[in-house]
Amino acid sequence: MRAGAFGEPRRWATLHQIAVGEFFDAADLVPISQAHIMADTESLGQSGVGFLEGLAAAPEAERRVRVPTLTDPRGLDVAVYKRLGQSEAMRALEARAIAALQAFGVLMTDTCINYQTIMPPVRGEHLAMGDTGVVVYSNSVFGARSNFEGGPSALAAALTGRTPRYGYHLDEYRRATRRFRLDARPRDFSEWGALGAIIGQACGSYWEVPLIEGLAEILEEVPGSDALKHFGAALASYGSVALFHMPGITPEASLDRGRPARMRPGRPRSIRRADVEAFVAAYGATGDKVDVVVFAAPQLSLVEMAAVAEALAGRQVHAQTTLLVATSPEVKHAADRMGLTSRIEEAGAIVAAGICFYQSYAGEMAEANGWKRLLTNSAKLVNIIGGYGYRPTLLSLERCVDSAVAGRVV
Amino acid sequence: MPPLRMPIVLNCHRGIGPAVSGTALVARDNFSARYDLDRKRGVFSRPTHKLAGESYVGKILVLNEAKGGVATAWMLRDMKERGLVPLALVFNRVNPILAQGAAFAGLALVDRFAGDVSDLIRTGDELRVDPAAGVVEILNREIS
Repeated sequence: MRAGAFGEPRRWATLHQIAVGEFFDAADLVPISQAHIMADTESLGQSGVGFLEGLAAAPEAERRVRVPTLTDPRGLDVAVYKRLGQSEAMRALEARAIAALQAFGVLMTDTCINYQTIMPPVRGEHLAMGDTGVVVYSNSVFGARSNFEGGPSALAAALTGRTPRYGYHLDEYRRATRRFRLDARPRDFSEWGALGAIIGQACGSYWEVPLIEGLAEILEEVPGSDALKHFGAALASYGSVALFHMPGITPEASLDRGRPARMRPGRPRSIRRADVEAFVAAYGATGDKVDVVVFAAPQLSLVEMAAVAEALAGRQVHAQTTLLVATSPEVKHAADRMGLTSRIEEAGAIVAAGICFYQSYAGEMAEANGWKRLLTNSAKLVNIIGGYGYRPTLLSLERCVDSAVAGRVV
Repeated sequence: MPPLRMPIVLNCHRGIGPAVSGTALVARDNFSARYDLDRKRGVFSRPTHKLAGESYVGKILVLNEAKGGVATAWMLRDMKERGLVPLALVFNRVNPILAQGAAFAGLALVDRFAGDVSDLIRTGDELRVDPAAGVVEILNREIS
């Protein structure tokens, strides 16, 4: 493939994989069963879209992906982009990117919760997943095996059906390196995110694998998929962490590879209620005017959509505040069918499908709408959005909704 | 006969991209193109970043670790094509995304030194980065 006998797309893919594989001392390439491409146009830019179009112009036999390949959220939802202040130029660029991706045979799932909605991975399955939240959830909760695969690398993996075997494809990297003990019970998803953020900040490296102990003692029930979704997404966002173990909950925590083979000596670091409260308080802004309330990052599950509809309870979002809910196209269809979308939209909120807010020209949206103060229950979004000029605040879903109705942080 | 100059030579893992020479911009902080940069103006925009307000264009960025999401993998190439890109990336340890982004962009990247590279190199140092050889030379200082 390196010489180009299978066409330019696979030649480019092979050379890219060799460069990355050599950098990480990969012994070979491992066959994968799925790829997942992050290719929103804000990240792609003109150059990235041009690159995709160049490869997509190859003959069909040369450009078709070799494994089922999904997409991460897009930069824009055509149904709501005007209301969000996004431009026609953004829409045109997005359309070009979609056409190029479709030419490869990519399935336009436009989601960062594919493990909840499309095809949950299987333990030991090698993947090339292109979203940090998807990777950390797939590795940790399912015991699948993926590194963070950025857009170009996920596309390369889709074209060759393989990926360089390094990092979390290998047993030795999957052992815990740091111990934490949970002494505070997270009360909602914002606190699960805060917990992920605190542990992520303490780890601070892709190559650290936290072992989180103490959950069985303080939790009355096993955390559900949405709790671990928020936890993992924040862990990956704040710490670049790709794998965690929770004894009694995640599949590899009880095996040798979950034991602290690379662990530093000493007792686990305790995470207490005061730590979680201090983390949340650092973003506090009680009384401030609220410009925009965002439920996204990761996209909402159907259960979270129902929770937003329930919290609104027939009330109206304040005239000076925008409430935006971002979910996957699959969940949006289900929410439409079950009447959840209409309940949310009747309150004056916007339901977007196939985007995840921060990947959607967040800086330009802030400028176009005069947004500064942003409320969310996503610790991941709080971490990202400061770089785009927002002042973020982390609150529970219910307090976010109450604040959206009041127009001020309550 | 002029005294023989002996630049400081730092060995690292074999890297990615071409050999380059330029000026260092150093911080004991981490890096993500999406989280930390105003890519239109070519400056660090995240208020809490130690290089907030600094231009990274044409500099050899010397930082600790790569952090955060996958977007950097696309962004480095776009930044390069628009002429608003660092000259090279010199890190203690990177994650796969930064390596993939550098490979995609054809940008010089090295990591895995014997010591903390953000201590060994100072802002303003003149560097030669040779990824294929796994070597960074500090040209303006000599071994004391």
